[in-house]
Amino acid sequence: MTTALEITNLRKSFGQTEIIRGVNLEIKDDERHAVIGPNGAGKSTLFNLITGRFPQTAGVIQLHGKDLSGKAPYEINRMGLSRSFQITNIFPKMTVFENVRCSLLWSLGYKYSFWNMVSKSRALNEGAEAILEQINLTARRDLPAGLLSYAEQRALEIGITIAGGADVILLDEPTAGMSHSETDYIVELIRKVTVGKTLVMVEHDMGVVFGLADKISVLVYGEIIATGAPEEVRANPRVQEAYLGEAMEAGH
Amino acid sequence: MDLILVNLIDGLVTGLLLFMLSAGLTLIFSMMGVLNFAHASFYMLGAYFAYQISTYVGFWMGLLIAPPIVGLVGAAVERYGLRRVHQYGHVPELIFTFGLALLIEELVKFIWGNDQIPYQIPEILEGAAFSISSYDIPAYKVFMIFLSLAIFLGLLYVLTRTRVGMIIQAALSYPRTVEALGHNVPLVFMGVFGVGTALAGVAGVIAGPVLSTFPGMAVVLGSIVFVTIVIGGLGSLGGALVAALIIGWLTTFAKAYNVRMEDILTGLGFNKPDPIWDSAWRDLWTLTSPQIADILPYLLMVLILVFRPYGLFGKRDV
Amino acid sequence: MTDTAQTSQARAQGGVTLSAALPWIIAGLFLLVMPFIFQSNSAITIMNQMAITIIFALSYNMLLGQGGMLSFGHAVYMGVGGFLCVHIMNWEIFGSLPLPILPIFGGIFGLILALIVGSFSTRKAGTVFAMISLGVGELIAACSVIIVVFFGGEEGISGDRTYGLPFFGIEFLTQIEVYYLIAFWLLVSALLMYLFSRTPIGRMANAVRDNPERAEFLGYSARWVRFYSFIAAGFFAGIAGGLFAINYEILTEENLNLHTSGSILLVTFLGGVGFFFGPIIGAIVFTLLQTVLSLETELWALYVGALFVATVMFFPGGLSGVLMMHGTPIKLGKWRMLVKPYIKVLVPAVLCILGLAGFIELMFHARHAAIGESEMTLFWTTFDHSNPMPWIVFAVLALGGFWLARKGSPELTGAWHEANTPDEVSE
Repeated sequence: MTTALEITNLRKSFGQTEIIRGVNLEIKDDERHAVIGPNGAGKSTLFNLITGRFPQTAGVIQLHGKDLSGKAPYEINRMGLSRSFQITNIFPKMTVFENVRCSLLWSLGYKYSFWNMVSKSRALNEGAEAILEQINLTARRDLPAGLLSYAEQRALEIGITIAGGADVILLDEPTAGMSHSETDYIVELIRKVTVGKTLVMVEHDMGVVFGLADKISVLVYGEIIATGAPEEVRANPRVQEAYLGEAMEAGH
Repeated sequence: MDLILVNLIDGLVTGLLLFMLSAGLTLIFSMMGVLNFAHASFYMLGAYFAYQISTYVGFWMGLLIAPPIVGLVGAAVERYGLRRVHQYGHVPELIFTFGLALLIEELVKFIWGNDQIPYQIPEILEGAAFSISSYDIPAYKVFMIFLSLAIFLGLLYVLTRTRVGMIIQAALSYPRTVEALGHNVPLVFMGVFGVGTALAGVAGVIAGPVLSTFPGMAVVLGSIVFVTIVIGGLGSLGGALVAALIIGWLTTFAKAYNVRMEDILTGLGFNKPDPIWDSAWRDLWTLTSPQIADILPYLLMVLILVFRPYGLFGKRDV
Repeated sequence: MTDTAQTSQARAQGGVTLSAALPWIIAGLFLLVMPFIFQSNSAITIMNQMAITIIFALSYNMLLGQGGMLSFGHAVYMGVGGFLCVHIMNWEIFGSLPLPILPIFGGIFGLILALIVGSFSTRKAGTVFAMISLGVGELIAACSVIIVVFFGGEEGISGDRTYGLPFFGIEFLTQIEVYYLIAFWLLVSALLMYLFSRTPIGRMANAVRDNPERAEFLGYSARWVRFYSFIAAGFFAGIAGGLFAINYEILTEENLNLHTSGSILLVTFLGGVGFFFGPIIGAIVFTLLQTVLSLETELWALYVGALFVATVMFFPGGLSGVLMMHGTPIKLGKWRMLVKPYIKVLVPAVLCILGLAGFIELMFHARHAAIGESEMTLFWTTFDHSNPMPWIVFAVLALGGFWLARKGSPELTGAWHEANTPDEVSE
């Protein structure tokens, strides 16, 4: 099994404060990896560093063995890494269908072309329909995305994230702010759409984490204090001390 | 040497005037994220109101009364216009203030007519304050400098020594945090907009008599004010001051010294084409610095934006 | 699957369907017959002006509506394209060049200028873009009095379109020949701009407008997307400039300045930036308004300014937005219930506006008319402004109209709500 994403000695400071303090992480192909940790541990910052939203202060991030430093978000995306956001980040004025279709454009090789008509491309339209079907939003197809319910918007966000065919998917708190039934629905959805892909997710809901992840990393104050299979992490005394404890009781 | 001093004073007058306008604009922009396109229109209103008041009770009462009235108009614009448009986003806000600038210009034409009005400096300030060798420095210019400085000191005091000032200062650097702390009550918005436009009003009151008061005066100065705050860095008061002074001196000196492109080019060893009026390069050869004085600020702005997109002192993204 | 999904899928797989081409065919026929309906020279002059404004406004909306870029300096791309075309008219080569292809050169020149300016101005959208566009616009406008070789100084430059190579025997001596040339370019440019909005880059322009960050995480650089939209807009502005050069045969500083850039913003916004046809409506309405009002009153700019501010405040979707709001009631078959409340509100509202305008005209006349000239003509009646009667009539009209319109508005709101709610049908 090869390595999808490898992070070595990653550091990030904002002014005087060091938020990420030497993170090492190796994520294999087809792995479902969850990053957990208390609030303010630097989970979202870690995601923002991986996806090129912020430049790192030190360290190396490699995607399929290629260095990502200095690359802009769109370049990283083109290399096969896609992400969702903690706060819903879609195109609210465009229709649900357009949202998905736009996210397919680059991967289908349309680039900045002005000689192709999007409505004429079979691959585009059928591809977008298929994704709508996958995320169960076919009935909402022609609504402006901003009018969808919260859970539907989260589903659409996941749809946009996976549409481009990236093989490494980063999901930032996909179930944040959801009710129980909505969470179950999204978890099923994630399971369905990430088959055969590498998944990295930040999540607070331990039910979701232990239900989905093959491997878990625990990030505390900018450092990974444990990585391993769910059972190992659960049993790790450092983890229990630093963070889990009650949360794990609640999760099970 | 003396000429340099005279020009330094002239440039200072222009620069301080620009800063009075750009200070209000910067305050409004920092607090509300709105670039008020109609800012120079409030400057024009200041001049016109002051003129109207001065015909009844004289210049000094105009100076005292006109700015607060302009501020009230500004506050009303914020309360009944901008606040409504705010929900649509920043671009519609900018479009709204642009429309407002058009409307104010037309209203001024409607009330006071298309021609320049006889708004004049008070008798007591006519004549020279002192002279530098053979150059007379008009008393009114000295008055303008002192008044602007007094206003800045007042502004500085309010910003650094009072509670309201602290909130505004905090908003300059951390707009979101201040909002989260619950400080950005609509009243503060309205107040800042009112004070900002009142500052523009003061500038209008004192500039009207020397730069002439006519319906186009807002357009003449409006774009330059924007250039000033873009060069200084959006949201930076210090930057606005530096940029305003740079622009003031740059244009004054360019106008005062007739630097000719011909001399520069011959100095560089080029030969003047003969006859010059037939050459495709004749515009380059006949270029002089007074000719381009008015476009220098724009040129500077484009250069700054190409090489330092946030302006001289700008820190945050827009 | 819903019906709409099926129809649009059918559209996706077929070639050019009739329903997609129909609006364009109708528009073409419309342009063809217009000169037969309005035959006077002045009407054709107005239509030419309208057509050029439409192209310019559509090009402007590629930035504002499609790409979310607010420009205060779009006139320079049109102007520079126009200036180049006038220069070409004065060159010897023009004798072997058919006039109808001249606008292409304007377009290319507009594109080149946009290429240069866009390389640094499209880094950001929003306020920064707006400021750069303003600065560059002012810079180029100011250059027009300095670079006399190209811009001709204060008097501008002029040419003669009839020196071109005759095009199938047509020498473009008459207004009507020029009309058809412009109409042809209008149709072609509008179609191309429409198709552009349907290409991958056109779709992504919308995406970047809505959410530039998300677009970056879909593999597109927001900056390049803006850049491509920007140069395309520059191209079509240049085409409009070329047509302007052909129609008026003179270009001056006025074609470059902030005033022209501002009015195209006004035109586009009045028409509505949300729909492709918005700027078309805007250009037609604005040109008519300008022509009619400026003949009737000195204060036309005041009214247009007030209309613009009111549009921004109350109808940010512009005229096309207001029109399209009626889509739902029509679809639901409930538009009829809106007619009566509309009459109840709109008739008094119109009266109120007329009364207000009359009052304003009276005030203006009383204030600015030459001494001893107290007679004025308004709404085809002549009266004396020193007579209190007209003041009272207009005041009553304005206040009464306002009161009636206000009284009727709750009913309209109710009817509007009702007409937009689907009936609960038991299935």
